[in-house]
Amino acid sequence: MELRHFFSLRKVKAEASFKKTLLITSILMIVIAIAIFLTLVVHSVPSLKALGIKYLWGRTWDPVSNVYGGLPFLLGTLLTSFLALFISIPFSYAIAIYLGEYKTTGWLPGFLRNIVELVAAVPSVIYGFWALVVVVPLVRSLETKFGVAPYGVGIFTASLVLAIMIIPYAASLGRELIRLTPSALKEGAYSLGATRYEVIKNVVLPYTKSGLFAGLLLSLGRALGETMAVTMVIGNTNILPSNVFSPSNTMASVIANEFTEADRAVYLSALIELGLLLFLVTVAINIIGKAVIKRFTNE
Amino acid sequence: MYSKQSLHRSVIAVMTVAALSFTACNGGGGSDKQASGDDNTLIGAGSTFVYPLFSKQFSEYNKETGLKVNYQSIGSGGGIQQLTHKTVDFGDSDAPLNEEQTKEIGSPVLHIPMCSGAVVISYNLPELKDTLRLTPDVIANIFLGKIKSWNDPQIAAVNSGVQLPSTPIVVAHRSDGSGTTNIFTTYLSKVSPQWSTSPGKGSSINWPIGLGGKGNEGVAGLVKQTPGAIGYVELAYAVQNKMAFAKVKNKAGNFITPSVASTSAASNIQLPEDSKVSLTDTDAPDGYPISGFTWALIYKEQKYDNRSQDRATKLLKLLWWNIHEGQKFCEGLNYAPLSPSAVAVAEKILNSATYDGKPILQ
Repeated sequence: MELRHFFSLRKVKAEASFKKTLLITSILMIVIAIAIFLTLVVHSVPSLKALGIKYLWGRTWDPVSNVYGGLPFLLGTLLTSFLALFISIPFSYAIAIYLGEYKTTGWLPGFLRNIVELVAAVPSVIYGFWALVVVVPLVRSLETKFGVAPYGVGIFTASLVLAIMIIPYAASLGRELIRLTPSALKEGAYSLGATRYEVIKNVVLPYTKSGLFAGLLLSLGRALGETMAVTMVIGNTNILPSNVFSPSNTMASVIANEFTEADRAVYLSALIELGLLLFLVTVAINIIGKAVIKRFTNE
Repeated sequence: MYSKQSLHRSVIAVMTVAALSFTACNGGGGSDKQASGDDNTLIGAGSTFVYPLFSKQFSEYNKETGLKVNYQSIGSGGGIQQLTHKTVDFGDSDAPLNEEQTKEIGSPVLHIPMCSGAVVISYNLPELKDTLRLTPDVIANIFLGKIKSWNDPQIAAVNSGVQLPSTPIVVAHRSDGSGTTNIFTTYLSKVSPQWSTSPGKGSSINWPIGLGGKGNEGVAGLVKQTPGAIGYVELAYAVQNKMAFAKVKNKAGNFITPSVASTSAASNIQLPEDSKVSLTDTDAPDGYPISGFTWALIYKEQKYDNRSQDRATKLLKLLWWNIHEGQKFCEGLNYAPLSPSAVAVAEKILNSATYDGKPILQ
C-alpha cells in the first residue's frame, strides 16, 4: 500500500493552519486587553502627575479648581454593585434550581428561560427610563414612610435596578450547571432516603458550587460596569453617601456624564484615570473571585 | 527549529508591539485634509442648545441657496475640539474659549453671536398660586444649601402675602457638563461673592448639595417628580413642557419673567467688540438676568489647510444670513433673537474675517 493512503499533506496543512487561526484570534484578545490598559495608563499620566496618589482617597471632585478625587465614586460603584449582587442572589439561585432541577423541559420552563434571557437583552437605557418612571416614585413613597429625605433616586434605587439586570447571568449559568449534575450522584442520595430538598442542598449545590460562584462573578462584573441605567437613578451627587438611601455617583456614570464637556487637559485626564481605576477594580475583583473558587474546589 | 524559550520570547515581543500599535497616540491628531471634499456641503459641530434652531435655519438656507450644512450637536466642548483639529468649518459654543483652549488652537478665532437663551428657575410647589419671586441672594443661598426649607424668612421676605409651605427644598442640578450650567454658575458667581470663591463657574462644577439629572430632561424630571424641588433648565425646554418658573430680580431692581422678549432685551446693551461677554446680571432694565449668547466659532484667517476662497465665502455668507434673515425663526422655537446692538457687533466681526489677508465679505 502507498504511504499517501494514510497521509494527506493537504489535511496536515489544513490542520496546522486551523490551529494557527485559533491561536491568532486568542492572542488578538490578549493584545486588545493590553492595548486598552496601556491607553488608559498613557492618557492618565497628566492627572497622575498633577494629583498623585491622593486621587484614590480624595473626596472633592472640582473641575473649576482642578482638584479631583475618586473616593465617592469608588464607594458608589462598590456599594451599588455588591448590594445589587446580594439582592439578586436569591432570585438567580431560585430560577437556576427551578429550571435546572424541578422542571427542565416543558412549555412553561422554556417560556421562563426565554423571558430570563430577554431580561438580559433589554438595553440598559430602557431600564433607566422604566426605573425613573416606576421604581423612583415607589422608593420615594417608601422613603417618606421611613422619614428619610424623599429623593426617590439614590443607591437603593440603583441597586434595585442593577439587581434586576444582573439576575439572568447567574441564573442561566447556574441552570446549565445544575442540569449537568450527574444523575448517579442524585439517584444515590434518593436511594438513601433523601428528600428533594436534601438532595439539592447536599448533592447538587456542593457539586456546582464553583460554577455558581463563577456565575455570581459574571453578574458582579456586569454590575460594576453598568452605566446608563445607573446614571439615571443614582442622583449624581459627588458627596460621600451617608446611608443606603443617599444619592451617590459611580465611576462609569461620572465618565459618561462629563467626558464630552471636559474642557481642560487635567480634567480629561482625571476622567480617564477614573476609567483606569474602574478597570483595575474589575480586574482585582476577578482575581479575588478566581482565587476563592480555586480554594473551594481544592477543599 | 527554534527552542521553546525563544519562541515564547518572540511571541511576547510581537504581542507587545501589536498592543503598543493599538494604543491611541493622541499627539498631533489634527490637521488632515478637508473633511468634506465637496464645497457645497459645510460641516459644523458643537452646542446642543442651539441645535433645534440651526436645524431649522440650515434647512431653510438650503431651500434658498442649495447649500447643505451638516451640524453635529456633540456639545460645546466637542465643537471646540473639532475646530481645533480643523475637521469642521465652524463650531458653536455656549461659552467663549477659555485660556487653555485659546492657547491650544493657536490662531485667532472669531466669536459670532447666533442667538441668546435664558436659564429659568423651575420649582415644584403645587400649592403656590402665584409665580414665585426670587432675588439673586436667595437663589445663591438656596443652591449653596444655606436655605433649607420653603418657608424660610429670606424667601418669605421677597414674596409678601404668599403662603409658603414648610416643605424642605430639594435642589436639582445638571450631572453632565453643559452650557446651561455655565450660564447659571456665571450668574451666581457675579451676584454672590461666596459662590464665586467656591464652587465658582464652569460647565461642570462641584455642587455643594443637590441631585444631578442628565440633560435638561433629567433636571426637569427631577423637579416635576419631587415635591419641593427647585432646578434650572433652558427657557425653551421649560416653555415646551409647561413648567412653572420664577420671576428673578435683575440688576436694575425689576422682577423679570423669563421670556423670549426679556432675553433679547438682556443683550440690548453696549457689547465689547469681540462679543465675548456674558449676558448674566445684565445692565438692561427690562432684561432677564440669567441669559447668555451662543457663539459660532470660525478661524479669523480662512486660508488654512487647502480651503478654497469659495468655501470660505460660502461659510461667511451662511453666518451673515443666520444673523439677519435667519433670526425670524428664533421666536417660533423659543429662542431669543439677537438685539440690534448684538447684530451690529456680529456684522463687524464677520467683516473682519479674511482670506489670505483680504476681507472676505465686501
